[in-house]
Amino acid sequence: MLEQCEGSHAVAKAVALSRPEVICAYPISPQTHIVEGLGQMVKSGDLTSCEFINVESEFAALSVAIGASAAGARSYTATASQGLLFMAEAVYNASGLGLPIVMTVANRAIGAPINIWNDHTDSMSMRDAGWLQIFAETNQEALDLHIQAFKIAEELSLPVMVCMDGFILTHAYERVDMPDQAQVDRFLPPYEPRQVLDPNDPVTIGAMVGPEAFTEVRYLAHAKQMQALDLIPQIAAEFKKEFGRDSGGLIKTYQTEDAETIVIALGSVLGTIKDTVDDLRAEGVKVGVLGITSYRPFPISAIRDATAHAKRIVVIEKCFAVGIGGIVSRDVRSAVRNRPQPVLTVVAGLGGRAITKASVHQLLLDAIADKLELLTFLDLDWAVVNRVLEREKTQRRSGPIAEGILRDMGTVLVPGA
Amino acid sequence: MFQVRIHGRGGQGVVTGAEMMSIAAFQGGRHAQAFPSFGSERTGAPVVAFCRMDDKEIRLREPIMQPDAIIIQDPTLLHQVDVFSGLKKEGYILINTTRSFAELGLGEFVKDFKPEHLLTVPASELAMNHVGRAVPNVPLLGAFAALCGLISLEAVQSAIDQKFKGAVALGNKAAAVQAYNTVMKHNAEETHHA
Repeated sequence: MLEQCEGSHAVAKAVALSRPEVICAYPISPQTHIVEGLGQMVKSGDLTSCEFINVESEFAALSVAIGASAAGARSYTATASQGLLFMAEAVYNASGLGLPIVMTVANRAIGAPINIWNDHTDSMSMRDAGWLQIFAETNQEALDLHIQAFKIAEELSLPVMVCMDGFILTHAYERVDMPDQAQVDRFLPPYEPRQVLDPNDPVTIGAMVGPEAFTEVRYLAHAKQMQALDLIPQIAAEFKKEFGRDSGGLIKTYQTEDAETIVIALGSVLGTIKDTVDDLRAEGVKVGVLGITSYRPFPISAIRDATAHAKRIVVIEKCFAVGIGGIVSRDVRSAVRNRPQPVLTVVAGLGGRAITKASVHQLLLDAIADKLELLTFLDLDWAVVNRVLEREKTQRRSGPIAEGILRDMGTVLVPGA
Repeated sequence: MFQVRIHGRGGQGVVTGAEMMSIAAFQGGRHAQAFPSFGSERTGAPVVAFCRMDDKEIRLREPIMQPDAIIIQDPTLLHQVDVFSGLKKEGYILINTTRSFAELGLGEFVKDFKPEHLLTVPASELAMNHVGRAVPNVPLLGAFAALCGLISLEAVQSAIDQKFKGAVALGNKAAAVQAYNTVMKHNAEETHHA
């Protein structure tokens, strides 16, 4: 049924429809509305047979989810930003132990400087932690991906992180088609664990493994993610059969068939880029978009095939690896290796900086005119940067960078001035 | 696409107002997208929220920089924030105040705007009377329905029911009706005079 609601509410309902048995809740913006919503559903009796556990930290949230999942319960939690970092050890444990937990990451920047707004630095920090990572473009897709995530996770016995842009999606009201319980039940069968803690049939989940077999265990984690490259599109097809919607899969393309320039991105910014592509197409510019839905596993073949005829690739990413540059673009470069087409990195939208159609439009015109550097920071204010560099050159006690910039910009007043 | 930017202060229901506007537009069969300015909201601090409406899917995620309509929930913001930034000349301005545009010192600024696109409404007073709290978002939504004709009063009522329950819902619905009727009556008189 169509309804107009907040992204967090849509996700909370999707999780509830997936019949979770344990939910571990710890609040952190911009994820809080999701677990709050689930808590209300448990309290009101709309979500039954579910243990809702208020834990004392993010480390505890995922640790409790690990215990619950090992005991055979369908387990869910959600986090963001520093919360994801605080649970980092448990993130690796959940995947290493092969426990099919589903976790929402409401993408948010990482401090310092402290910043509550959206970018992808948090989930990118865990990209190599062995979890599957899937990114939602819209609230409809966020809703759909959560239902698919439980099925993918349980099929592989691996945890899945569903990433959705904090605030931009979590706090946006838009139209979603909410499935009913019978549909979700037909699509998602009850959880049947591959491993379970059972006193009548004891096993060790988390045995110590030495050099004699550690490589093999790690290789199997990789092999499972390679299986996911087949499974994710298959489950998206099953989803379409039941719900009639194209959601999920490895990648999605828009106007790429004859595109000379292909933009690659993840998450909600794809919408703004698609609108920009429509404008550029109207001007006769052959440009298209490729959205990566599955970031882990990384769909090398799908991206390689979809970009085969492009002259250049522009990766717009809301994260970067300090000291080298792009993160997503490095993976894209490995997908198009041995090809002459340049892969240009554009870092954009850090800490909630708006990515506007006007900026993307100019950026793509620059890319087409071969005026773009290999690494570009969209809308970077050079005057602000240069003032700090100059201060550091001339003053030994140049002071904290963040506060210095805020004073330069007049956001924070200079004492005594 | 029609784009609305709402300016107010933390505690005045700015974000809820944008959300209810999107629900009302959805009830009218449109696509709608409402979102806050993503600030760390504190009571009294300037807050901005946005609402887009269109007949097709809305993909754009940038903040609204060239609005078709501006709603100002707190006229003290006129001296603090560039509330009219990017507003089109054929745009609408709706302000919560007991005063007129001229009394607010805006006479010169609005002289090129269409007079029928300019409206002031004592929304805080209406909210005080009907809800018992000076939260002006709902009466402004009722006035906006009458001003632009993009959302119906019935859709506003339905949006209020989705957001509030009991006496608060009833009070807000009454406030929205009074705001709507006041504007419609005023418009009818203007037409009559003309």
